[in-house]
Amino acid sequence: MAETHSLQDMRQQAAIAAKVFIQRDYTNGTVCQFQTKFPSELETRIDKQQFEETVRTLNNLYAEAEKLGGSSYLEGCLACLTAYTIFLCMETHYEKVLKKIAKFIQEQNDKIYAPRGLLLTDPIERGLRVVEVTIFEDRSLGR
Amino acid sequence: MKHCEYQQIDPRALSTPAPTPTLPPQHAVVEEEKKGETARRKWEVFPGKNRFYCDGRIIVAQQSGVLPLTLGLILVTTVLFFVFDCPFLLKHLTVFIPAIGGVLFVFVVISLLQTSFTDPGILPRATPDEAADIEKQIDNSGSSTYRPPPRTKEVMINQQVVKLKYCFTCKMFRPPRTSHCSLCDNCVERFDHHCPWVGNCVGKRNYRFFYTFIVSLSFLTVFIFGCVATHLALRAQGGRGLMFALQESPASAVELVICFFSVWSILGLSGFHTYLVASNLTTNEDIKGSWSGKSGAEDTGNPYSYNNIITNCCSVLCGPMPPSLIDRRGFMPVEESSQTVATEIELATKNEINVCQLVLCVSVFVCMAHHHPPLGGQLSGLCSVLCWLMSKCTQGTKDLLESASRSPCPQTGKPQTVSTSCPDSIDPADQAVTFNPAVTSDPDPVAVPSLKCGGRHHSHTTSPPDEPRQQHHHHNRHHKTRSARSSSKRAALHISNPAYNFSLSPPTSPGLGPSHGIGAEDHVRDSFAALH
Repeated sequence: MAETHSLQDMRQQAAIAAKVFIQRDYTNGTVCQFQTKFPSELETRIDKQQFEETVRTLNNLYAEAEKLGGSSYLEGCLACLTAYTIFLCMETHYEKVLKKIAKFIQEQNDKIYAPRGLLLTDPIERGLRVVEVTIFEDRSLGR
Repeated sequence: MKHCEYQQIDPRALSTPAPTPTLPPQHAVVEEEKKGETARRKWEVFPGKNRFYCDGRIIVAQQSGVLPLTLGLILVTTVLFFVFDCPFLLKHLTVFIPAIGGVLFVFVVISLLQTSFTDPGILPRATPDEAADIEKQIDNSGSSTYRPPPRTKEVMINQQVVKLKYCFTCKMFRPPRTSHCSLCDNCVERFDHHCPWVGNCVGKRNYRFFYTFIVSLSFLTVFIFGCVATHLALRAQGGRGLMFALQESPASAVELVICFFSVWSILGLSGFHTYLVASNLTTNEDIKGSWSGKSGAEDTGNPYSYNNIITNCCSVLCGPMPPSLIDRRGFMPVEESSQTVATEIELATKNEINVCQLVLCVSVFVCMAHHHPPLGGQLSGLCSVLCWLMSKCTQGTKDLLESASRSPCPQTGKPQTVSTSCPDSIDPADQAVTFNPAVTSDPDPVAVPSLKCGGRHHSHTTSPPDEPRQQHHHHNRHHKTRSARSSSKRAALHISNPAYNFSLSPPTSPGLGPSHGIGAEDHVRDSFAALH
């Protein structure tokens, strides 16, 4: 995959120093939201604002996926009328947004996190439980 | 003891999350192993008690329950209806009758199959890294004695305190409204109940299918009942009497009986679930009385409800369809070998329990024989009985077998420390996880062929518990011998004790008549067992 070229190179040289897990935030119920609290392990690696911006955008994307609105009701009613067989042929709104999220994370990794020796894992690969941030050893700083 | 566990779950020894073509050297051995065979799909190493068909497209619970009976009853009744009643009604009434019947039948069967074969919202288990992180967060006081992770965490949801429980099997704090189904051995999101009639859990992803199924089944049952009654009434016209009508069309009597007994329970169930949908509750929450304030705490409303019936209904039934989180058909990335190895080891350990039992027996026998030579022969018989009993026991015994088997047949030096220095571990699944680094360099070849048995994935051949299976067999016998009253039991399984519900639910739940009270007691225990 093209986007992991720089990550591959980095990974060949770097070993994983630590992994930080951003847990889910349940204050608004069961919707998929992640805590925007900045973890202390990332203090030396990335700007707090940058990180919170990433998480906030992620949260907005998930909120869009799970939004209860006209289009989702229409999709639901149509599916109900066809005895839900429509799910076998059509891609749901949620899946479309998940693709958007995957692209967003890839983009963020390439532009912001990889140069700093970090890697974000798409939460869908962890069952939407956590955002896993892998911290690679920073050889340049002689650690 | 705490330190040994942290040493075992060493994040450095585990792989990177995204696939790359090159790997650190310690994974070279496993990589070769993986490259040698065709890439495996994730469903093949799924740790829960589910079965998969069509290369992971279809997922069902380990026991199909009474799904064949459900399908059979529906099919038989509808076929009899079409063959014996429809021609008469077509001639004497209207063509719409078979048309409507056909549409309803199609709806019922499709929604039933979707309920049974869809992933209900299973949460994948936490990766070893996550589990270690959670434990570190909880036990960061640095005490030397091993403390189990606290079982609850409190969060504020819509200004209300909700307790999240820690799941020892899945190694994570369960999200709100998630419950662990012991029959399927999975945490299921928005867990409603495990339905033996559809042979699957009912959770976030398939609740709408389930609701469609019971509502369309109510319509179908009422429709067939009405049509058959009309048919018999028309035949009995002109003073010829009901007996004459029944003699002319005996199949109608069968349909009448089945529909009569089904209609009350199905209508009752539909009504109950309509109430649940309108108040955005799950069966699990309703039965436990989580939000009804039965514990005496004031100000406990349902924090998930939108306080508007229409919005509640729309969000539950017409909301966006969440994706399946377990990614059954995804390929196992080669780099997730340690995770695979972890699951393989769990599986291998389960599959090898027979071997370990034998080793345990032999070692026990040898020890006893050494001390009491004359009793050796009698003790061998005792050992085999002991082994059989142990095979039926719970995880705690599996732990014993693992630690006993590892000491006589060590693969590396590390397991010795695990078996001797972590006696207080609550969940022996922890032990399986802790074997990761120990066996990374020496993956168990037995695991590979054991996973290739047909299209099915047997992850728990000998391990616990056979009690739900026995309960189900007991269930099946009950149902098969009393099929006429089976539908009333169906209601009981879902509703459990209606007397309990009377005290909790508002008067908008029809159909929970006193006729369901008696005879539901013996199923209360079973349904409670299913509802974790």
